[in-house]
Amino acid sequence: MNALRRLGASLLAPVIAVVVAMIITSLVISLSGSSAGDFWSVIFSRPVDRAIVNIVNQTSLIYISALAAAIGFRMNLFNIGVEGQYTLASYAAATLAGAALFPGLLNVVLPLLLAVLVGAIWAGIAGLLKVTRGVSEVISTIMLNAIAITLVGYLLNKYGVHVGNGVRSTVIPESSRLDGWTFFEASDGPVWTLATLALLLGVGFWVLLNKTRFGFDLRATGMSQSAAVASGVNVNKMVVVSMLLSGAIAGLIWMPSFFGAAHSYGTAFQAGLGFTGIAVALLGRNQPVGIIFGAVLFAFLNEQSNRLTLETDISVNVVQITQGTIVLAVVVAYEVVRRYRTKLEQRTVAEELAGQRQPAPSERATT
Amino acid sequence: MSATATSDAVLLQGIAKRFPGVIANHDVDITIRSGTVHALIGENGAGKSTLMKILYGVQKPDEGTITVDGQTVTFGSPTDAIARGIGMVFQHFMLADNLTVLENVVLGAEKLHGIGEKARSAVEQISTTYGFGLDPDALVEDLGVGDRQRVEILKVLYRGARIIILDEPTAVLVPQEVESLFDNLRVLKAEGHTILFISHKLDEVLDIADDITVMRRGTTVGEAKPDSITKHELAELMVGSELPSPETEESTVTDEVQLSLENVTVADARGRRLCAEVTFTIHRGEVLGIAGVEGNGQAELVETIIGMRKVATGRIRLGSEDMTAWGTRARREAGIGYIPEDRQRHGLLLDSPLWENRILGHQTQPPSVKGPWIDRAGAGSDTERIVKEYDVRTPSIETVARALSGGNQQKLIVGREMSGQPVLLIASHPTRGVDVGAQAAIWGYIKDARRDGLAVLLISADLDELIGLSDRIEVILRGRLVGEFDPQSVTPQDLGAAMTGANEATA
Repeated sequence: MNALRRLGASLLAPVIAVVVAMIITSLVISLSGSSAGDFWSVIFSRPVDRAIVNIVNQTSLIYISALAAAIGFRMNLFNIGVEGQYTLASYAAATLAGAALFPGLLNVVLPLLLAVLVGAIWAGIAGLLKVTRGVSEVISTIMLNAIAITLVGYLLNKYGVHVGNGVRSTVIPESSRLDGWTFFEASDGPVWTLATLALLLGVGFWVLLNKTRFGFDLRATGMSQSAAVASGVNVNKMVVVSMLLSGAIAGLIWMPSFFGAAHSYGTAFQAGLGFTGIAVALLGRNQPVGIIFGAVLFAFLNEQSNRLTLETDISVNVVQITQGTIVLAVVVAYEVVRRYRTKLEQRTVAEELAGQRQPAPSERATT
Repeated sequence: MSATATSDAVLLQGIAKRFPGVIANHDVDITIRSGTVHALIGENGAGKSTLMKILYGVQKPDEGTITVDGQTVTFGSPTDAIARGIGMVFQHFMLADNLTVLENVVLGAEKLHGIGEKARSAVEQISTTYGFGLDPDALVEDLGVGDRQRVEILKVLYRGARIIILDEPTAVLVPQEVESLFDNLRVLKAEGHTILFISHKLDEVLDIADDITVMRRGTTVGEAKPDSITKHELAELMVGSELPSPETEESTVTDEVQLSLENVTVADARGRRLCAEVTFTIHRGEVLGIAGVEGNGQAELVETIIGMRKVATGRIRLGSEDMTAWGTRARREAGIGYIPEDRQRHGLLLDSPLWENRILGHQTQPPSVKGPWIDRAGAGSDTERIVKEYDVRTPSIETVARALSGGNQQKLIVGREMSGQPVLLIASHPTRGVDVGAQAAIWGYIKDARRDGLAVLLISADLDELIGLSDRIEVILRGRLVGEFDPQSVTPQDLGAAMTGANEATA
């Protein structure tokens, strides 16, 4: 009963948010002179097989990105730099894999480790700046984003392979490709092998946070830094370690796509996942299970919106309005629901205690 | 109910107020005669605050009527109450430190006399009439606690209040300041003002009040005149049973030093000294009490001993080991228990279940953990033990800490900090804001642990608690220890004098 109530309450917020987002999106479409009905019928139509594969693949990327953001959020650390961290890490891994210094699978594992390392270092810079010089991680990670993206552009231009108008890193050898599993026709494409990385990371994230001492310290710091300090948590150490972890996960974001389809860093690189991850982490309340739903929703909306240009006169960008409103609404809705739950809990405690209270000790006559 | 309706300033009849699951007030009847000091007493949680919020218009009663000067009124907000001549001075002052006395008084009431000369003369006139002796141009940040309180009262008078509610006004004052507050109150009374004085300090109530109303469990349980009732009878009326006392039994002090501080100086980021050259020792089985007016360095001293602040100079030893350079975690692992002053900020994760709160501060020690893993079962069963032994009233250990009452939160913290056989307990205001029952229980736990050889550092604003529990009392003033007292012979007045520096020369 109580558990049911709780579950209901935790689902309430996202549902409200999605409904509010739908209303606002419909309004915007109507105001711009198109039909909201057309929009929703396209969005809610059954995705074609190819789109389903894309949704699964994109979900995995968004999910990893959201985990990277969430680990920082859980201790009130705003790593806005996921974008820069995975850009730099992806370039580094692609370059190493492209060089084909190692045979077969080793040429996958080592670049993956390099991606983790580069992501961690790039985020770690922000962590160190915060604990040694008191620089807000929000500011430093935004700056580091700009540096990373410019740096990669420069390196790619200088050392990359120029093909026509484009430039890319060296394509990796056949033996290092991990295409994945084809569920429909071959032309619908495969679900990437490394999409499973998302699952592994999700489970790892849950275990780390909920089952380990380190996770307890991290959550305690996020919930009440003052209480964490009094309990013996070294907050500076936690800041650096969490940033390293966040960056390490961020380094892996694009890897499923790289080894599964792109095979080189260039025009096929998918930018912007770092920011999508932040939104999805908020949507999923930084919980590994909640984030799954957020990631699926975002991947679904992105994929379905591609059909808008073909079937309606509505701009693809309208979907971004939907996504933006969902995130905005969900933040408000979570706060409202949180207050409601606190009240509910206090009332339950009061009720249960009132039930077990003994009769008053002695109602003495008063003077 | 005495006197006629016309000479009653306030009449509360059948007041009831319910919150979800809690009845804060029911069947409250109080008659406050005009031109008197009326004391409202009761322990924490008896419903005094809710009742005053109702009278001041902050909350609306579910039932009952309020009559002010013979007229039945309903207050939608404090503004309505102020318009009826009711003013309230809250326990926590609401003053802007960087403004002057005059500016603080006028702030928000600019319509009355403007902000210029008229306002100044009005403020000066009130200050002289009632003997407040306040300089309108003094900065509030330079004022002592007693003067700040007078500014608050002046604010209320400036707004035309004839009926003044004082919520636990003496909680923040030392005995000497209490005396001068009472002098002010007597003048106010002589000028025809009515004062409603909320307190749970019985000596003070008997000293100042003309009438006393006692509240217990949300309702009024009795009325009394100070000259016809003893302190003991009043206490029984308030508690409903025998009043517990914190008196310790025979000394259990050993000659084994458990904690020693040598010339410990602590400074803030700007180099200002918060504690200066503090030296003391606590033996096993000894309770050392630290008395001091709040803000004289005792909080910083505690944070230094638990390792949250760094020592500028000096040494801290635990037993024979120098722990000056240790972090908080190492100190906790070495057996220091810590009952923080602000339990919600430093002692609990409010949105986590009780069993997770059991782990807090003991993240590296069994039964909470096994190696790098959290031992949920171990932490859970030990939480069950604490809940049972320390009488924490909760439906289950899955309940979040926020849902518990303050007293139950505190009992959980005490139980947790007593776990795992600590060698030293730092208890900062261990019974602040808890009800009398929980207070007696917490005193009992401290006494038992002391008998088993625990060394205790006790910081408290409650002088009776300090005198009752301590084997030795040190007084802290402006970050320095200024005098040592034997609780067997010291009086609250002596301590008060030392705490304010009145006898600095002799200490």
